[in-house]
Amino acid sequence: MTEGTPTTTIGRRRLRPIVVSTQRRKWLELSLFVLPALVFYLAFVLYPLVQAVHYSLFNWSGLGPITDFVGFGNYHDAFTDPDFTGAIKHNFILVGLSLVVQFPIVLSVALLLDRPFRGRRFARLVFFAPYVLSEAITAVIWLLILQPDGLVDRTFQSVGLGGAVQLWLADLNVVLFTMFVVITWKYIGFGIILFLAGLQGIPQELNEAAAIDGAGALQKIRFITLPLLGPTIRIWGFLAIIGSLQLFDLVWIITQGGPAERSNTMATYMFSNGFVRYEFGYGCAVAVILFAISFVCALVYQRFVMRRDTRGALTRMAA
Amino acid sequence: MTVGVVGTRRGRRSESRENAGRFFQQFWVYVVCVVLGAITIVPLLYVVLGGFRNTGQIAAHPVAWPHPWITHNYTSIATSGAFWRQIGNSAIIAAIATAVIVTLGSCAAYALSRYDFRGRELLYTVFTLGLLLPLTVAVLPLYIELRQFHILDSPLGVALPEAAFGLPVTVIILRPFMRAIPSDLEDAAAIDGCSKIAFFWRILVPLSRPALTTVSVLAVVTSWNAFLLPLIVLNNANEWTLPLGVASYQGEYAQDTAAILAYTALSMVPALLFFLAAERKIVGGLSGAIKG
Repeated sequence: MTEGTPTTTIGRRRLRPIVVSTQRRKWLELSLFVLPALVFYLAFVLYPLVQAVHYSLFNWSGLGPITDFVGFGNYHDAFTDPDFTGAIKHNFILVGLSLVVQFPIVLSVALLLDRPFRGRRFARLVFFAPYVLSEAITAVIWLLILQPDGLVDRTFQSVGLGGAVQLWLADLNVVLFTMFVVITWKYIGFGIILFLAGLQGIPQELNEAAAIDGAGALQKIRFITLPLLGPTIRIWGFLAIIGSLQLFDLVWIITQGGPAERSNTMATYMFSNGFVRYEFGYGCAVAVILFAISFVCALVYQRFVMRRDTRGALTRMAA
Repeated sequence: MTVGVVGTRRGRRSESRENAGRFFQQFWVYVVCVVLGAITIVPLLYVVLGGFRNTGQIAAHPVAWPHPWITHNYTSIATSGAFWRQIGNSAIIAAIATAVIVTLGSCAAYALSRYDFRGRELLYTVFTLGLLLPLTVAVLPLYIELRQFHILDSPLGVALPEAAFGLPVTVIILRPFMRAIPSDLEDAAAIDGCSKIAFFWRILVPLSRPALTTVSVLAVVTSWNAFLLPLIVLNNANEWTLPLGVASYQGEYAQDTAAILAYTALSMVPALLFFLAAERKIVGGLSGAIKG
């Protein structure tokens, strides 16, 4: 044994513990945690998106080889098809209606119910129930009760509004608004509960202090409640917009986009013209357009409306 | 002069006016609740009651109380194999999707919340991008892809994409939650010789249980109610989920209104039962996720 050389006791071989450098180890652990989710996500979410763009450049039925390259032909066909431009219009009408009609109702009901009262928990249960039911069930229910001389018509008649009865599903001019009513029925409870939760986050002391200073109810709402409820409102708005743009289930089951394509949404158009007719290339083009529209709307919304709430990943990306 | 509580500074007359005002408000609260409640419940009630009549009666008198109570519609559906098979399929798919989402999502959220690495925010952005990518857009190419993997017409073909699309919401809910757990805990564990992986498994996951429950509930509800994806993926009627079954039953038996009502009513039961059991979690989780 030579002296002076640092060794451990077992012979001349230095025993070095096998230490993977901490950096390496960190990356190994990270991979273990992140890779499965990332791979999954890439495989089933991002890859299909890329494929959608790819398929959209071809005239393809979904079967057999992909050979017929048409470049932007599908996109051109889509934008020159009045049924599709009509569908886009319908989506935006629904967006507008959601914001303009649902918001005041949700806000005022939430404000009204934001106080202790007996049966409050039960009311919450009842209002939220439609949200939990699938759109399929909701659609079938309303399909049945909107029939001529069905529950809806009879209810109108019983309160003396018999003259207001329309052909809810058959009248070309009415059908889209009928869809809006069904959508509202399903989702308004959700909005009310959401706003109620947001209202609970507003400290009582603020309103009390304002009352001492002589503020009336409307002033309290304008200067305290609304600003503090802002984040909740903006998130609700976001969900309402995105939901209206992506609408499929309800419309498909009740009207299939009809009659005469007057209740079509982008999604139902994509389904009926892409999937059902075996025109995958075209359907993918429609899907890409739908995505682009949603994406732009979301980006704009995040940038301009939600800016002060969340320095969200998207705003940072866009900035 | 003592400054009393606000209210005693005013006279007796405005106190009674205040009481009248409060009663007025309470009155409107109850009116609104009753009206909204009626609008919500009456359609559901109509469906349930309608199932107890037969189609002829419904055609003659669309809105009427069942008299006599015909149970044939409900019993024949409840004893039909198709109905229970669809419930089973929905349950299997929801279970698989939820298991995958919770596992992969919590792992990813852990990495994104408690590790510091280059590209972390970029990775988070990539995940949040999924929120903007609706399943609707990806459905057509997904069909092709699932066909290539040979999982069309199988629960996996529905559950796996559902899980993948549920990851963004999951990560977004779990990350701030996991971040909030104090790092002292982690340091103490490290001192005790606990590896980061063990810390995750033994400490972080049990502590994250509320958030994990929320995420699970959301996953189950979303999966149970899914329509478009199963519609495209499942062509074999034996593999159908409940929403598909309801929609197709309506199409197939369009003439038999009473039967459709009964089928729909029965289909509501699982969702409503689950909702009653998990209501706090669903409502609380959604509001919490939105706020946080």
